[in-house]
Amino acid sequence: MNGAETAGFSAVAVIGLLVFFYGGTFLISSRIGKKNENADAYMTAGNNVGFGISAASMTATWIWASSMYASATSGYTYGISGPIHYGLWGALMILFIYPFGKRIREVAPKAHTLAEVMYARHGRSSQLMLAGSNVVGSVISLMSNFIAGGVLISLLSPFNFIQGVFTVAAGVLLYTLWSGFRASVLTDFIQVVAMLGAVAVIVPFIFFAAGFPAAFESGAGNLTSQQGSFFSSEAFMNQGAPYIAAVLAYAIGNQTIAQRLFAVKQSLIKPTFITATVGYGAMVIGIGMLGVLALYLGVEPTNGDMNNLIPQMAAEYLPPVLLALFFIMIIGALSSTADSDLSALSSITMADVYGQNVAGKEKANPRTMLLVGRLTMVAATAVAVAFASLQLSILDLLVFVGALWGALVFPVLASFYWGKVSGRAFTTAVTAALVVFLPVRFSWIPTDGLFGLVVDVLSVIGIGVLLGLMVFGFAGAKPAKIVGTLAALASAPFAIGSLHEYATLCGSLVAYSVSTIVCWSMSVRREDSFDFALLSQRTGDFDEADAQTTTNGPDCDGRADGDADGGKPAEPTGPTGTPGTTDTAEPK
Amino acid sequence: MTTAVLTAYVLVWPVIVAGVLFVISRAFLSEWAAARREGKPMI
Repeated sequence: MNGAETAGFSAVAVIGLLVFFYGGTFLISSRIGKKNENADAYMTAGNNVGFGISAASMTATWIWASSMYASATSGYTYGISGPIHYGLWGALMILFIYPFGKRIREVAPKAHTLAEVMYARHGRSSQLMLAGSNVVGSVISLMSNFIAGGVLISLLSPFNFIQGVFTVAAGVLLYTLWSGFRASVLTDFIQVVAMLGAVAVIVPFIFFAAGFPAAFESGAGNLTSQQGSFFSSEAFMNQGAPYIAAVLAYAIGNQTIAQRLFAVKQSLIKPTFITATVGYGAMVIGIGMLGVLALYLGVEPTNGDMNNLIPQMAAEYLPPVLLALFFIMIIGALSSTADSDLSALSSITMADVYGQNVAGKEKANPRTMLLVGRLTMVAATAVAVAFASLQLSILDLLVFVGALWGALVFPVLASFYWGKVSGRAFTTAVTAALVVFLPVRFSWIPTDGLFGLVVDVLSVIGIGVLLGLMVFGFAGAKPAKIVGTLAALASAPFAIGSLHEYATLCGSLVAYSVSTIVCWSMSVRREDSFDFALLSQRTGDFDEADAQTTTNGPDCDGRADGDADGGKPAEPTGPTGTPGTTDTAEPK
Repeated sequence: MTTAVLTAYVLVWPVIVAGVLFVISRAFLSEWAAARREGKPMI
C-alpha cells in the first residue's frame, strides 16, 4: 500500500489548506496585536493567563508532529503496549514537573525563564548553562517540526521537501513575530481544538473503515507473543525505560514548559498541568493505536520509513474531507510547537542574554528587548530552516539532548529547595556529570571491565535519584529518600553486571547520579544558606524596571551564595535579604 | 485477549480526548465571555 502517494492533494488544494490554516492563525493573532507591545507580555503574557488558554497551550506545545509519528512507530514495532510506553511517560513529564513548578512560581512569581531564576540564585555560569541547553533543545525542536512539515507536504502534494519547509517556517513566523508568546498561546487554543477534534473523529473512523474489530482475529497472526502482550518486556526496556529516565530532564531542559509555568495564574497551575497530562497522553496514545492497527493489518511502511505509517493509514482509509482534517491536525501539531520554540528562544535572548547580561535588569530598555526578541525569531527560523535542509537524524539528536539534560535536573531542582547549594556546586556538578556522561553514552571506553562495573553502580544510584526526585515533588524529602534507596537496592541485583549494555539508558542515569553526588557533597557541609525571598526581588517585570529604582537586582547586590561564577562575592543586602539567612524550605 | 477488550482499549483514547476537548473549550469560552463582560483583553 502506498496510499500517501496515490491519495495526495493537488497543488491548489494544499495551498488552499495552508492559506486557511496560517491565514486563520494570523488573523487571530492580529486581533490581539498592539502597536506598542509590552516586553513582559511578549515573554509571559503578564503571568496571568486563565485555565482554558493555558491548558490548551500546554497540551498543544507538548504534542508535536514527531510525537505522533513516534507513537505510531512504537505501536507498530512493539505491539499493543507500544503506544502506552511512548505516550504515558511523555504525559508524566508534564505531571511530575507540576509540584516543582508550583515551588518555582512561589519563589519567583514574575520570572520569565528558568535560567533567569538561576542567575538570581547563583549567577552567570549556571544561568548560561541552563539557557544554553534550552537554546539547543528549542533549535532542535524547531528544526524537527520544519522537517516534519516538509515531509508531510512533499508526501501529500506536488511540492517538494524544501518548499514545504519554507512554507511552514514562513507561516509560523508570520503569526508569532509581532505578539510573541501572546500570539503563541492564543493560536494554541485553535490548534489544540483541531488536533483533539481530529483524533476524536479520525481514529474511530479508520478503526471501522479498516474492518476492525473483526481484523483483530484475522490479523492476530501478524503479532509476535511480545507484540500481543500488554506487559511486553521488550517494549518496556527499549521504549519505556529510557523515557522514564528522561521524564524530569525534558521538562527541566525545555523552556516552552517553563514559559507556560510562568504565564499561567499561580492558582491554576495544578488543573492546567493535570489537564495537559491527560490531554497529551490520550491524544498521543490514541494516534499510536493507528500503528497497532497497521500491525494487525500487515501494512508495510512505504520505503521502510516508519514516518510514512500514519499518512499511509490516513490516505488509505479517510475520505477527502477527513484527509484534509488530518493534514490540518499535523500542520497544527508542528506549528503549535514551532511557535512555542520561537517564543522560548526569544524569551531567553530577551531576559537571559540582553536583560541580565548585556544591559542589566535595571537598565534594560523594553523596546530594545522587543527588537531583540523579534530578531531572535527571524534568526532562529533561518538557522532551523538551514539545518532542516540537511535532514539530520532528529531522533538521535533528541535522545542525546534529553540525556544531556539529565545532568541539570538535580542541581536545578535542589537550587529551589536547598539553600546550601552554591553556584560553584551547581557548575561543578553539571560539568562532572557531562564528563562522565559522554564516554558512557558513546561507548568511548570499553565497559566489559572495571569501568562497566562503575557505570552499573552509578546507574543504580541514578535510578534511586530519579525515583526519589519524582516522589520528592509530591511527598517531600523523607518518602523520597525511602523510595530512592529502595529503588536502588531493588534494581542493583538485576542491573549490576548487565545495565552497561544499554548505553542510552546508562548515559542518562550516570548524568543523574554524578551530578547529584557532586552537588550534594559540595553543598552538605556549607554553613551559609540562601534566602529564597531574594528570588522574587531579583526576577520580575522589565517594563516596570524604570519605575522601580530599587537596588535589589543581582547587578546591584551581588550574588547570594558567593559562587564561583566570577561575579561579586557580596552577600545580599536587599530589603528582606539578610546575609546567611537560614532557608526554611530546605529538605529535612 | 478478547476482541471486545481490544476494541475498548483502542477506542477509549478518542473518548478521553473528546472529554479533554470539552473541558478546555468550556473553560476558554467562559474566560472569553468574562473578558468581554469586563471589557478587558483575554490575554
